Amino acid sequence: MATNTLPVTGKPRPASARRTTVFMKLLMALSGALFVFYVLVHMYGNLKIFGGVEAFDEYALHLRTILMPILPFGGFLWLFRALLVVALVAHAWSAFYLWSRARGARTTRYVAKEAAKATLKSRMMRWGGVALLLFLVWHLLQFTILKFNVGPEAAGDSAGKLVISSFQVWWVVLIYLLALVALGMHLWHGVWSASQTLGWTSSARSRRTAKSVATVIALVTAIGFALPPLAILFGIVKG
Amino acid sequence: MNLTLKIWRQAGPKATGEMVTYPVSGISEDMSFLEMLDVLNEQLNARGEEPIAFDSDCREGICGMCGLMISGKAHGPEVTTTCQLHMRSFSDGDEITIEPWRADAFPVIKDLVVDRSSFDRIIQAGGFISANTGSAPEAHSVPVPKPKADRSFMAAACIGCGACVAACPNASGMLFLGAKITHLGELPQGQPERDARVVNMLTQHDDEGFGGCTNIGECSSACPKEIPLDVINQLNKDLRHALAHGE
Repeated sequence: MATNTLPVTGKPRPASARRTTVFMKLLMALSGALFVFYVLVHMYGNLKIFGGVEAFDEYALHLRTILMPILPFGGFLWLFRALLVVALVAHAWSAFYLWSRARGARTTRYVAKEAAKATLKSRMMRWGGVALLLFLVWHLLQFTILKFNVGPEAAGDSAGKLVISSFQVWWVVLIYLLALVALGMHLWHGVWSASQTLGWTSSARSRRTAKSVATVIALVTAIGFALPPLAILFGIVKG
Repeated sequence: MNLTLKIWRQAGPKATGEMVTYPVSGISEDMSFLEMLDVLNEQLNARGEEPIAFDSDCREGICGMCGLMISGKAHGPEVTTTCQLHMRSFSDGDEITIEPWRADAFPVIKDLVVDRSSFDRIIQAGGFISANTGSAPEAHSVPVPKPKADRSFMAAACIGCGACVAACPNASGMLFLGAKITHLGELPQGQPERDARVVNMLTQHDDEGFGGCTNIGECSSACPKEIPLDVINQLNKDLRHALAHGE
């Protein structure tokens, strides 16, 4: 049947690359790339607990003395935190914007729909992201803002002692392991997806490479983060 | 073959639709899927019922007019168009669900027919390419490297059927759009307007109400022309370049 072609529907607007969905995706990919770098560094730092409480506390102190005396004590850390907050806002804002657009793009659902390529990790990107956001609130309250100690040992001002004490509690470890599953899956699809959004995957070979790199980053991050809590829970690392 | 069909019936664009069950018998496995629907329509006509409206044109898999969601898969279980899908891909006694493409940018006109003119408007937003008119230019005056010609041709195989949108969990039209961007972007003739083209076509795509890509890959696996996911990568890359060039 013949359909007529109209020049423009809706209200016309000046075309600008900054007002496209791909720009929002770029915003998400770039802020995500910063988070990938951050979680890798954070994961490495956590492994210092295997060197004992002193090594961990020393590392925490070093984070505050980076670029001193050009910056004041803790200056670099606060600048980096500010950058992370900006990236988090960009990441979540673009995610919720694209999420709501996608919901509006198919308001009548299929009675039957079979997935050919969608996997748990790609389907869980949005709800997994929400789970990570909720975990982030809990994690920051526990170790950065309130520093409350749910464990059996006194921590005082020592970050290392607080970590050791907290992860002796099984349900704290469980929360962290669940969050790591969410983080691993998010990175697994996210790193590949960001490579595609940044335009790095022009060939079948580069697509395979991007997927392999995503798998490696997801595994290294999740396992690296899981080691300290498990080692503390099973008494391998003691205060 | 005897089959049970569950088909979306909708009298018009504004009407509310519903799934209706039709048993069909005497289907040959050599029939195409559309011929099977023709048989059902003849039976409906004989009973004085309204036949099922569906789109088709060339019936040889090159025009992109037909397209049905068959048991949850765009164009059914094979990598082909609905018209080139044969009943031998199904078994006797199967229950088949048949729905129109579902996307708000593809409103249902009637039953299984959707309006895909949003695709036409995306093409239209792409505008023109600068080429000298007059007598035909010497064929070798503008050399095109073979890999680029091949990639352009691969992207040009897109027939605009809309299966990518239908299969996408976000109802995104980016495989279609990416194919069009790659098609012209690989060629020397497509260079002068390259930045403006990607911005204008993407803006039209967004305005039509398509969703964004989340790189799942449902589109590419549903595509009857097997357009790979890297055309979306090309779309993203071209947009990034346009951004850097201040478009």
